[in-house]
This record gives sequence, C-alpha cells and structure tokens, in this order.
Amino acid sequence: MIEQVFTASVFAAALRLATPYMFASIGEMFGQRSGVLNLGVDGIMLMGAFFAHYVALMTGSAVLGVGAALLVGALLGLATAFVSVTLKAEQGISGIGMYLFGLGMSELLFQRLVGTPRSVEGFSAIYIPLLSDIQFLGIGEIFFRHNILVYVAFALVPISAYIINRTPFGLMIRAVGQNPQAADAMGINVARVRYMTVILGSMLAGLAGAALSVALLKVFQQNLTSGLGFIAVALVYFGRWRPVGIMIGALLFSFVNALQLQISAIGLNIPSEFAVMAPYVITIIALVFASRQTEKPDALTKPFERGE
Amino acid sequence: MTENGRRIDTLEMRGIVKRFPGVLAVDHLDFDVQAGEIHALLGENGAGKSTLMKMLYGLYQPDEGSILINGRETRIRSPQDAIAQGVGMVHQHFMLVPSLTVTENTALGIPSKWQLDLKSIARGLDELSEKYNLKVNPNLPIWQLSVGEQQRVEILRALYKGAALLILDEPTAVLTPQEVDDLFRILHRMTDDGRSIIFISHKLHEVLSISQRITVLRAGRRVDTIPTTAATKPLLAEMMVGRPVVFEYARRATQVSSERLRLDRVSALSNRGELGLKEVSLTLHGGEITGVAGVSGNGQSELAQVIAGLRAIKSGTITLDDTDVTGKSPRQRHEAGISYIPEERMLDGAIKEFTVAENYILQDHARPPFNRGGLLNLRAIREACERAVKDYEIKTPTTDTPIKSLSGGNIQKLILARELSRSPRLLIAAQPTRGVDVGATEYIHRRLLEERANGTAILLISEDLDEIFALSDRIAVMYEGRIVGVLPRESVTLRQVGQMMAGAAMDAV
Repeated sequence: MIEQVFTASVFAAALRLATPYMFASIGEMFGQRSGVLNLGVDGIMLMGAFFAHYVALMTGSAVLGVGAALLVGALLGLATAFVSVTLKAEQGISGIGMYLFGLGMSELLFQRLVGTPRSVEGFSAIYIPLLSDIQFLGIGEIFFRHNILVYVAFALVPISAYIINRTPFGLMIRAVGQNPQAADAMGINVARVRYMTVILGSMLAGLAGAALSVALLKVFQQNLTSGLGFIAVALVYFGRWRPVGIMIGALLFSFVNALQLQISAIGLNIPSEFAVMAPYVITIIALVFASRQTEKPDALTKPFERGE
Repeated sequence: MTENGRRIDTLEMRGIVKRFPGVLAVDHLDFDVQAGEIHALLGENGAGKSTLMKMLYGLYQPDEGSILINGRETRIRSPQDAIAQGVGMVHQHFMLVPSLTVTENTALGIPSKWQLDLKSIARGLDELSEKYNLKVNPNLPIWQLSVGEQQRVEILRALYKGAALLILDEPTAVLTPQEVDDLFRILHRMTDDGRSIIFISHKLHEVLSISQRITVLRAGRRVDTIPTTAATKPLLAEMMVGRPVVFEYARRATQVSSERLRLDRVSALSNRGELGLKEVSLTLHGGEITGVAGVSGNGQSELAQVIAGLRAIKSGTITLDDTDVTGKSPRQRHEAGISYIPEERMLDGAIKEFTVAENYILQDHARPPFNRGGLLNLRAIREACERAVKDYEIKTPTTDTPIKSLSGGNIQKLILARELSRSPRLLIAAQPTRGVDVGATEYIHRRLLEERANGTAILLISEDLDEIFALSDRIAVMYEGRIVGVLPRESVTLRQVGQMMAGAAMDAV
C-alpha cells in the first residue's frame, strides 16, 4: 500500500502543485521585505488566472495568456501600492478589499465573457532530453517532465535570493523594510522602492494565477484559487522571508496536497476532509513553533512618514 | 581637501523660513560656515536647530530663503542632493539599518549597477578609518556594535560619501566622557583637512571647548553669532533661555535617615531576554539623592522598573521600610510610598490623548475625592489639577487640554506634580530632564532638592553626568547590568565616573 501512495507521480504532482504557491509567495516576499504586507494576493491571483485563461481561450496562445496575467498583476499592484504607500491605508484591511474585488470581478467577467467552465490547451509538459529518461528512483518523471512554468518557478528561487542579497536593488529593499528613515536619509526613495516591490510581487501573483488556469488545471471557474493566495502569505512567514524557506514550505504543502489527491484516487478509507485540512493545520503548527521572528522586516505594515 | 575633490569654502543660509501647521519653526534665519571651522548651533529643544539642519540636508524644504554654497545659490531637494553637494549629516537617532553590515549600510544610496561591490567599499572604509582613527570592523552587522561605534560608522559613512561639511546633531548625548574626547579629536583632524563641521548641542561646556563660533537660536530666531573666545557659560545660557540661569544649586546639608530601600542581590532579564540586572545590591536613605550614572542600556532602565514593580525579577529581594515588597504589584508599591518618573515620558508616564487633568489623576482616580460613589468627581479633579498647574508653573491653556500638545518640560512637570502629590517615601526619577528645556530643568532640579530636604529617598537615573554631579549625594555607576561602585560625590571626579562607565573597576580609577 505504501508503494501505492508514495509513487513517482505523487512527487511529480507535488512539484507541479508547488508552482502557484512559489510564484505568489516569492512575490509577496518582495513586498514584505520592503515593509508592505499585501493581503490581496488571492484576489490578484484570481484576476491573473481569469485573464490568462480568457486570452489563451481567445487566441489559443498560453504565452499571450501569461502576458495578460502579468499585465493585470502589474495594474492591480499599482493600485495596491497607491493605497498602501501613497495613501498610507491600513494594509490588512485594504488587502482584504483587494481580495474581495478580485474574487467578485473575476467571477463577473467569467459569467459575462465565458459562462461555463471551458478548458484550454495551455502549456504542455517539456521533456528535458536525456534527463527525463532517468529511471533510477523515478528521477526523470519527478523532475524533468514538467511544463515551462514549473521550471521557471524553481529557477526563481536562486534568482530572487540573488536579487535580495547581492544586488543594490535588494539592499535597498532590505534597508527600506528594516529602517525606512535611514534609507531616506541616505537618499533612497522609499516610496519608489515600495512601489517597485509591490508591483513586482503582484505580477508574480498574476503569474501564479496563470499557473493554475493555463498550466495546472487549464480551466477557470469561480474562486479557482480557493484561498491559495492566503496560504502564500503564510508561507512567507513560514519561510522566514527567504526564497529557499518559502520553497521548502511550498513543497511541504503541495506534497500533502498531492498525497491527498492520491489517497482519494486509490480509494483508501480515510475521510478526505482530513487530508484537505492537513496542510492548514501543519501551517498553523509550523507558524507557532517558528515564532523566532528575527528575520521579520521591522517596518512591515508601517507606512513611511518623513520627519518627527 | 576631500578625496573626490569636493570642497565647501563657504556655506550660507539666508533668510530661511520654515512653517509647520500652526508653528513658525524657523523665522528668517541667517547662518554660515567656513571651511575648517567648527560652528556650534546652540539652543533649547524646539528652538529650530534640527529643523534648520534638516533643510540643509534636504529632508525639509524651506518656505523662504536661499542656500549658497561657495557663493552659488543651490537648491537641496533631497538627501541625495545634499550628499552630492558634499553635505553629510549624523542624526541624533542613528540612520543605520541594524541587520545590515557596516559596509552594506555605506553602500545604501550609492548608485551602482547590478552587482554590489562591497569589497571596494570595505577597502575605502578601511583607508578612511586608518586616516581618522575611527576604528570599526566593516564586516560586522550594526546590531553588534556599541552606540559609540555606531556613531563612528555614521561619521565614516559620511566621509566615504565625500562629506566636505558634516552636520552632527547632538553627537555627545550617547557617549561617555572618554568617547567624547575621542570624538573631539576626530573632529579636529577633519577640520585640519579643510572640512567644516556644524555641531548641534545644548551642552554649554562642550560647545565652549570645541567650536570656533557659536550661533544661539531661540524660538526659531537667531539670537546672535559670536566667536567662542567671547563666550561664557552664563552668557550662552542667558542667550538660550532669555533670562539668567542658575547652575550651582544651594545644597543644604540634610538629615540622612536610616535605611529606606534595600535591594539585595537582585537579578532581572532585559527586554532582549538576557540578564539585564546582575545581582544588584543597593541601599537608599531618606533625605539623600543617589545618582545612577552609566551609558544608556547598562541596566539603569531595568533597575528603575524592578523597584517600581514593572519588571519581574529572577532572584533577590527588595525591602521598603523593613517590609518585603518583592512580590508586590506596582499599585501596592505605589501605595507603600514608591513614586516613579519613568524615562519614556509619553510611553509610560502619560497617556497622550488624555487631558492634563485626566493624566494628573491616573493613579488616584479610584480614590476619594476623585471618586464619588463610583463616578468621577470632575470638579474635585479639576480643582486639584488647577492647584498643581499653579504650584508647578505648568504652562497649559486649560486642564482639559490634551497633554500631547504641551511641551516636554511641561509634561514632565505635570508628571512630577502627580508623583509628588502623595508625599512619597521613595522617588525614582529616571532621566527626569531628558528633552526638557533649560528653564524647566532648573525647576525640576530645585523640586528634587526640596524633596530631598523633606526627607524623601531619591534615586536619580541620568545619562547627563552634569546633572548627576549637580544633585547627587552619592553616585552609583552601572556597567553591563552591575553596579560597579557607589561613591560619595565629594570623593570622585567626573573623569573617574566616566572611566567606570566604560567598564574600569573602581580600584583602578
């Protein structure tokens, strides 16, 4: 029975399911490292998912769909940054507003423009030559037979870590998130840095939505994400504001998800609700135990005001 | 001459005006600095010193007036502009990111390409620290550095960015006397190189010892600019306050009573979870002021909180008038006669949004006459508060004014009035005059001496050694959570206390 559950295809599914979490969560990390909490991720994901799906449906091109998702994400990111940075609104509340907007708007557009769930061709799996043939431990199947977005998501981990830790832009992000007054005194434009991170993060949220609607599930329906964006926010805390930590959290999560699918597929007599609950319970427990918050940006959720 | 050739021979500010909602913070002010000069900017809190300098550093824009560098009118729109013009500033609250290293903090705001070149910055810092004797390890994160070291990082960073003119906002507030000497040496070396320095302070003896010229501000206006050779302490104080100021208080000998408070090997954790107080033993007597000297963060705050009952202790006992109060709540201790003037006035001492009268009865609201049958007796409250306002010369429009609109000095006087209203057995005064103007400071000092004469035991915690020496009968020095020595004031010098504050053992000084 163990062999039936822990198959190579379950691990491969875990990697696939991790992509939307990783896009959304790494995007959210950029905003948080600069001091902005964006709770509207789930809403932006839904909008990204809808537009990616709709454009792919109309044009037959999943690439154009991804482009649409990035664009929608950037626009909603601009709106989020305007509310959080320029208007200095309470970030928790405005984020919930953005979530509800995305939830309602994507549903409305879907009803008006599409109507019933329709599947798109979307991205198909790319078999990496030679590597995808490795039979040993199922490595070929687990790692090298995925759609393009899976590879991009995992490539994003070292790339974003490099940006945060090794580039002037990353240094500015960290400075603005830890001590905006100091950054300001050193001639860094705090608002501009925050706009950039929030827009970048929202574009990645849009991409996360596209990963669901044109690569993973290849359909759009009402509330497609079912709260996945909120898990992505939690994963940032779980991952201690570091890309590798976020990746580990996302994999843990998606692995439990994949297991749950497998268990119900082979008809094991475990109430599926337990499996559905499991990842969330694990998250809460992990967050409680990982309460050493030294990495947390000091200025998180605090709008910047110059002078005393 | 600075490394990259920038040089400021003269800098002039002409007719500068800055208004904030409801306040004229800077009123047609003229100010100038010459190359190689240390120009002191002296004034009380709120006189406009910081506001003026923030305009020079591009953090604020003047409403009127102009800034001329080497005779050319220059607009400074942002700190970036200021840095590009060769103006650097070391702020009173350091502008450093604690989690970043010295090098990374220096890299902030330096335009560069994709890759951070931290190595060349570290090299540049090493060269400068060699030249000016500013010893810092560029690879350490800021949070691991002492306050004095952090200040050196700030100076080093400004030099690295090519500051030909350096503004130092109250640079000595956080330093021991020895560190102040070091800082002064560094500043002289900088002016020898043709750099100029604006030294903001309210400490007269420092200004007199370091500057060539002194500009005194009062209420946003320039009182005068005079050469330091023509200045004296009383003259400067009178220019600052607008009336003669008393420096030496008449201290009558008082009857020192028997033991009032005893701390016996008390240990407690600090906010960071480390041992902030280590086996501290101390005895206080009635009619005596015990001053606690030390660099900020060496356990003084914890000591005050432990006595007031606001911080749990790990071991040891606290005895007041022969009763053990170790396990007693803050309220019980207050009732037993312990009054507390907390160092964070607006955080622990008063509720910002409350009125003057409400703040006055914070502790006594449940007691008659303020409480009548479970209701607040507003008339009794107002009358009591009006008496206090009159007695303590508190400047407030009415007793129903929110306390946050009062000046620091007046807020502190109200807290003092409240804490003394119940004739305490013991008064803990933590930084009672920090951020308080000279006039109110003088008043608070006289009140503390009066309390001493009334037989109250007073524990005076201060980072201002002049204050400690002016008021104390005995001086206790704290270092890293321990009391390293308790000495009668007459038998110890400022220098010795300074050395003990830096960790020297009592018998070594």
